[in-house]
Amino acid sequence: MTRARVGRVGGRAVILALYGFLLAPLIPIVVVSFSNEAMLSFPPQIWGVRWYLALLDNQKFMAAFRVSLGIALTVTAISLAAGLPAAFAVARLQFPGRDVLYALFTAPLLLPSIVLGLALLLVLVRLRLTGTYPGLIVAHLVVTLPYVIRIIATALATLPADVEAAAASLGASPARVIRRVTLPLMLPAMLGAAALAFLVSFDEVVISLFVVGAKLTTLPVEIYRYVEFRTDPQIAALSVVLMAITVAGVVLLERTVGFLRAFGR
Amino acid sequence: MSARSGRRERRLAALLLAPAGAVSALCFAAPVLWLGRMSLNESLPGGALREALTAASYVEFATDDFYLTIAANSIALSLQVTALVLVLTYPIALFLHRWQSPWKPIVVILTVSPLLVSAVVRTYGWMVILGDAGWLNAALRLIGAIAEPLALINNRTGVVIGLTEVLMPYMALALIAGFGKLDPLLEEAAATLGAPPWRRFWRVTLPLSLPGIGLGCLLTFVLAISAFITPKLLGGGRVFLLATEIFTQAIETLNWPLASAISVVVLAVFAGALVLYGRLAQRWAAL
Repeated sequence: MTRARVGRVGGRAVILALYGFLLAPLIPIVVVSFSNEAMLSFPPQIWGVRWYLALLDNQKFMAAFRVSLGIALTVTAISLAAGLPAAFAVARLQFPGRDVLYALFTAPLLLPSIVLGLALLLVLVRLRLTGTYPGLIVAHLVVTLPYVIRIIATALATLPADVEAAAASLGASPARVIRRVTLPLMLPAMLGAAALAFLVSFDEVVISLFVVGAKLTTLPVEIYRYVEFRTDPQIAALSVVLMAITVAGVVLLERTVGFLRAFGR
Repeated sequence: MSARSGRRERRLAALLLAPAGAVSALCFAAPVLWLGRMSLNESLPGGALREALTAASYVEFATDDFYLTIAANSIALSLQVTALVLVLTYPIALFLHRWQSPWKPIVVILTVSPLLVSAVVRTYGWMVILGDAGWLNAALRLIGAIAEPLALINNRTGVVIGLTEVLMPYMALALIAGFGKLDPLLEEAAATLGAPPWRRFWRVTLPLSLPGIGLGCLLTFVLAISAFITPKLLGGGRVFLLATEIFTQAIETLNWPLASAISVVVLAVFAGALVLYGRLAQRWAAL
């Protein structure tokens, strides 16, 4: 082997090792979730789906799953309903203070969740909304709305304006242009924004930890509280379910707006 | 555009912006301002609160060795994690930049998508690997390398390992974007002019990727200093940082003014990092 060849093989080995580190925590989760043992053990001896079945009987997790699902769907719908018009105004209309407003809309993405969580707690306690659906929905909206506005505004800015101009010159009213031309063209971006809003809400844990109550908790918060004291394979099975939901969201995101572009690159 | 249509456009804009504007103002701006105000209130023993205008919480933070140590530890840990993340992610990004393959888009997504997997889940994965009965200790014991399990979690080591891995996708995102703006012709030109590979990297590729490195380091640092889940779970309550202290003061001690004051300190560190980044970015732009 030549020196260059040795170098290339060595380089590939380093890259593989780095990917091994990056994906390290995900692999044991999948493996452990299919072990039927009562405790974590290495290497697992008995295999099966016992822990997946246990999940279905776990009332706490099932209740939290339903709460998370309901909140994520509601938050996604509200984010789209409020974000779509705002993104349209920011991307298409001329008005004073536009850039400042756009900066304000996306500012929550810059602030640490731990600070946002505390800020929301202080306000929601005053309004007696901690541990309620409205409180959690408001808290999640703060982080999902910026993503939705950014994705849709970016998509609108790159949309060819010619098509809309052509429809208008052919006699379509502005409302009709929006309904028949702009909205259909925006469908992929809206789907992508919805997927990201859903995932962000469904996985949100830091802000939720501040505003959940004794009776109403979300799934990630339940998992957090569980693994604080135990690490048995039931959580691995639950984690695999969550990872599957993430994979579905990532695929939808990639098919619609492009995964990297969704994060503003 | 006539004055009249301009006014109509502004009215339409106001109508379209109202819902999102209300959410931003009521659910984001107001709570953050409220937090700033709360940091000036007076905390009484037992979690009671008195409305006041006092800097007592800031004074307590600045004069108590415990909090100063936490602040120093947080910044040191975040810098260490940022350096590790950069060293471990740069080769991956460089590889993806140079790699020609139909698989490339999928591998790029595989590199970045872990950031959408809940931090709780990924931290749990590290607990499975690093715990006393975890895979690493079990494997080392199996081959007879150790008799007693290594203490890899519930301490600073675990926090550094877990946080480094959790933040790598963000750095990858910034570096990949940075490499995307790099003109491949420049590297080819260097090669054509006879520069050996290491020299091409050192004199052309690395300097041109500095903006991506800068943005990635800023992102990683601010995420590291405000990270809560990973330090809390892998630190096992024994690693005290600014973010974990905000939670403790807010939820367990119920000292909201102090929790708010620490939050303002974290925001100030953020602002400092942003200013430093702005200066560096200007210098790179001038290169």
